[in-house]
Amino acid sequence: MQATSETFESLRNDFPVLERKVRDGKKLVYLDNAATTQKPIQVIDAISDYYKNNNSNIHRAVHALAEESTEAFEQTRDKVAEFLNTKDSQEIIFVKGTTEAINLVANAWGRDNVKEGDIIVTTEYEHHSNIVPWQLLTQDKKAQLKYIDIDDNGELMIDQLDEYLSTGKVKLVAFSHVSNVLGTITPAKEIISKCKNAGVKTLIDGAQAVPHMKVDLTELDCDFYAFSAHKMLGPTGVGVLWAKKEILEKMIPYQGGGDMIREVHKYETTWNDLPYKFEAGTPNIADVIGFKTAIEYLQKIGMENIRNHELELTKYALEQMEKVPGITLYGTKEPKKRGGVVSFNFNDVHPHDVGTIIDKDGVAIRSGHHCAQVLMEKLNVAATNRASFYIYTTKEEIDTLIIALQNVAKVFKL
Amino acid sequence: MSGDPIYTEMIIEYSRNPSNYGKIDEPHIHRHDSNPLCGDSIDLYLNVDDKKITDVKFDGKGCAICMACSSVLTEMIKGKDLDDVKKFEKDELLSELGLEHLIKTSPVRIKCALLSLKALKYGIYSYFAEKMNDVESAGNLKDEAANLY
Repeated sequence: MQATSETFESLRNDFPVLERKVRDGKKLVYLDNAATTQKPIQVIDAISDYYKNNNSNIHRAVHALAEESTEAFEQTRDKVAEFLNTKDSQEIIFVKGTTEAINLVANAWGRDNVKEGDIIVTTEYEHHSNIVPWQLLTQDKKAQLKYIDIDDNGELMIDQLDEYLSTGKVKLVAFSHVSNVLGTITPAKEIISKCKNAGVKTLIDGAQAVPHMKVDLTELDCDFYAFSAHKMLGPTGVGVLWAKKEILEKMIPYQGGGDMIREVHKYETTWNDLPYKFEAGTPNIADVIGFKTAIEYLQKIGMENIRNHELELTKYALEQMEKVPGITLYGTKEPKKRGGVVSFNFNDVHPHDVGTIIDKDGVAIRSGHHCAQVLMEKLNVAATNRASFYIYTTKEEIDTLIIALQNVAKVFKL
Repeated sequence: MSGDPIYTEMIIEYSRNPSNYGKIDEPHIHRHDSNPLCGDSIDLYLNVDDKKITDVKFDGKGCAICMACSSVLTEMIKGKDLDDVKKFEKDELLSELGLEHLIKTSPVRIKCALLSLKALKYGIYSYFAEKMNDVESAGNLKDEAANLY
């Protein structure tokens, strides 16, 4: 597919919510895509079609609806495996989101593999979902949690990892593929290669990467990878944990219940095969099925086209915003090193006030600590504003954001 | 901009120059509170002499609404008797700044407006419970603080 800016502009017709007027007739300018993306009509229809035509529980009954539902559910698993270039769809575990995926690893893998004195390494620019589970685990095990700091450009100081690895005590390095606040793209391959040399496992929070760029898990060769459907046109309540089969096979289950068992007796149980061992209870069937349509939609556009489109938007946003007096931009100035996320502060106006004032003009950004309070502390700010882009974002929308900021200046008499 | 105004002259002025901003060393009452949603974070300090609030200060980081409301709250309770302050209602504070509409229009921003009042109610709750053995007032204050927004 030839992807011009007109191609991307025409995609907007697939998103009913983008037609909406908000706040007394203002055209919606949706720049909060790092939080969640909007859904195309194809995904909305796939979910509603499923409920209209097939709705049934999966993996058990032998009637027609159950068989159709099971097949559709499992097709998504195959689609995810294909999308991420992994050889085995048994390595794909459906969870409710990135947060649950990381908690699954912290609990089911951490329980048997982390002991007193061991070290888990994470980074200063993690989302709380890649910090708190490790705090819980290390506190429980009397292990230690260490951070790779960031430099003034918002990039990781990878040398610190060498120091940690040299202790011989590191069990896992957990990091985000793309920072949800700074947009920094982590040099994942470099980290993974260092960890492999040291015999250390790696976990990647890919929530801000999989929706925006080609992620090839065979090439990356990490041990665990987590991401969410709702940040990539899919429904809420669906996420994926991918992990290497040999690791999953040795892990104890995360939750006990239906579907995850082979045989249950009064005092003992044997586990079901992968991936079902980790999918206790009735899963989010309809939304998993809708997720397949979302992936197909992205594949049709092409992940490289999406990356280039966002790179173009980010470049434009950084150039235009730099011209606005009183703006502080966070993160590296090189668009190539970042995803489609721009965090900023405007003079000394609290981001919450910025968010409320520009919302009156229909502009939706995120104001707050973005579930990254460790990073906020490092940047020495209470909060930031964050504009984040996706396939349907246009340069005109970035212009609207900048014009709306002028209202903030007016209100605060800057 | 349309609808009920938030960013009035008074709010901007208070956010630029908050009243009673600072810290009291070794205060009789100290309460820290924050909004997990937006990161507003304040500390409220009070000195009390024979049930009268002799001094009150606050510090911390917050948006214009949070700063303005904290300022006005401290102005309103300074010199007042704790028995009056314990009855203080959120409407009294909001109407002082013309922000009553936030209760209906912005469930998010109302938390910014009432953070300092929540800290106050929790702060004097402990005081009533521990220093004055007034279990009934303490219980009421704790409930009010917990259900403020």
